[in-house]
Amino acid sequence: MRLEAIASPTLVRSLGLPALALVATFVVGGLLAMLAGADPLATFGLIVKGAAGSRFALLETLNRATPLIFTGLAVAVAFRARLWNIGAEAQLYAGALITVLIGTRLALPGPVLIPLMGLGALLAGGVVLLGPVLLKTRLGVDEVVTTLLFNFIMLLLISLLLEGPMKDPLGMGWPKSEAIPRDARLPRIVDGLRLHWGFGLALLSAVAIWVIQTRTTLGYEIRAVGLNAEAARFAGVPVGAVMVKTALLSGGLAALAGYSEVAGLKGNLTLDLSPGFGYTGIVVAMLALLHPLGVVVSALFVAGIFVGADGMSRAAEVPTYIADILLACALLFMVLAILLTKFRVLRG
Amino acid sequence: MSEIVDILISASFWAAVLRIASPLIFATMGELICERAGVLNLGIEGIMVIGAFSGWIAVYSGLPLWGGVAVAMLAGMGFGALHAVLTVPFGLSQHVVGIGITLLATSSAYYAYRLSLPQVTSPPRIEPFQPVQIPGLSDLPFVGPALFSQTPLTYFAFLTVLVVALVLYRTPLGLALRAVGENPGAVEAQGLSVTALRMGAVIFGSGLMAVGGAFLTISAFSSFFFEMVNGRGWICIALVVFGAWSPSRALLGALLFAAFDALQIRLQQTGFGTLVPYQVFLMIPYVLSILALILMSRRANVPAALMVPYNRGER
Repeated sequence: MRLEAIASPTLVRSLGLPALALVATFVVGGLLAMLAGADPLATFGLIVKGAAGSRFALLETLNRATPLIFTGLAVAVAFRARLWNIGAEAQLYAGALITVLIGTRLALPGPVLIPLMGLGALLAGGVVLLGPVLLKTRLGVDEVVTTLLFNFIMLLLISLLLEGPMKDPLGMGWPKSEAIPRDARLPRIVDGLRLHWGFGLALLSAVAIWVIQTRTTLGYEIRAVGLNAEAARFAGVPVGAVMVKTALLSGGLAALAGYSEVAGLKGNLTLDLSPGFGYTGIVVAMLALLHPLGVVVSALFVAGIFVGADGMSRAAEVPTYIADILLACALLFMVLAILLTKFRVLRG
Repeated sequence: MSEIVDILISASFWAAVLRIASPLIFATMGELICERAGVLNLGIEGIMVIGAFSGWIAVYSGLPLWGGVAVAMLAGMGFGALHAVLTVPFGLSQHVVGIGITLLATSSAYYAYRLSLPQVTSPPRIEPFQPVQIPGLSDLPFVGPALFSQTPLTYFAFLTVLVVALVLYRTPLGLALRAVGENPGAVEAQGLSVTALRMGAVIFGSGLMAVGGAFLTISAFSSFFFEMVNGRGWICIALVVFGAWSPSRALLGALLFAAFDALQIRLQQTGFGTLVPYQVFLMIPYVLSILALILMSRRANVPAALMVPYNRGER
């Protein structure tokens, strides 16, 4: 077989195929539920109910979506420039680490700490990604492997700190840090509802990235580098500098996920702060076709599946890992569907 | 320093080096085959997980140990086939598909584990491969216990390197495979199918990765744990680069790497271990991998068509 570009795809093709990808994903999910001896439709019903069936469930989904918007944006920004940042997990923890350090070590009033912690996190995440990116631009070391390996190194570093110098003396032996003061927490958006301003910051970030990508020189340069780095260089785009700026932006966004989880939700740093938000960010970004506003929608969808599957597995005998399988399938089906909107498969 | 010397002259240290290297050798050879044919296989981490799980569950449900190896290989080839279809004929991004395969294979293994053993709190054990003594060789002083008291899969790992090297450099198939990673157009002009060669390489390579994963559950340990692969797949990708895409040099890299790993485990139990937090020792493999990548960056002979999809009839 070979592929032939379609000059102008029909609307049915460009919308129908991605929709079909989602349908295929849920067919796989249904089969998995049957494998577990559950009724597929009832299982999906329980997932929807668990994700959006009550005010509590809905708020839980929004809370879970918050870090995913940040990591999804981090991946989307990087992938747009063909910077393969698979290290959002490490950058997230770097952000959480700086947030806790500033929040617990600097005796400043809350209103000063809140922005200071955010800026610190933003910077820390950027710096963490800068290493692999400089290795890429200066020495040609592939950033996929280095960013992946950094995830493991960062988790061990956090573990070292939580069992050593940063250990909470009142933590009953658990490896966790001291909590940041009450007045340095991100406030709730609406009083009484468990949804903090981290969600608001995530939405603002999505809009900001959209503006940067569509209305600024940097956004134009990032796209040029991503489409064809050689041609961009020839046209006078400083490719190395654009890569560095992209890294700072991408790493910083991922770190804000850590900031928002600590300052908005948890208060302290533990080794299970992120159940793989960094890796899930890749799925979120790809489902959104790397569009910053799309990231918000896909983060809500992905968070819904996770929160829903948690609720579902309490009621039915289907393991929660069904959520991870669904997302992996969604990712693979979606990239294939997107390809087929632009190319026709010919035989021979 | 004398502690390090003591460790290096003990036979059990060298036996551990070969044991630690074995899963890495299988998976590194698998990745090397994929990359020589022009396909970066980031599914490696997940394929090792599915290999570890499927090989173990097959033995747990009554198959002989070699049956477990075969099941792991088949499971790896299955996910490899999915990777191959998406990246070769469809030419999708090898980064995205690879990450997707890793997520899919890992979560499938975890889902199947929970499904088949819903009630267990501690993972059940199987009877794993036992060391095999080789007549004559195993009786040699020092060398015997150090090198020739291994489980069959370890000997098999070294055999795999030999076979991969022979096939790559001494057979027409190997020539075609190497060519398809350098200049697929030229291979096509010879009347060979680029698609078939690349897909075959990815599928077979993925099978080897899964055997590497299965080594963990049915040779090194006797149970399946979540997160037991723990980044070994990513380390193997670094080893392929370190070995400059040559089987013998990649083998050397895996052994060197395993030696450092075996050393750090033993150092943790010496006076060193009380001075330095254990996390520092655990970081060493990942830091070494990054250093290896930096060291080789200047003189890497990357296959020219690595990560370049081939679409027939397109210039």
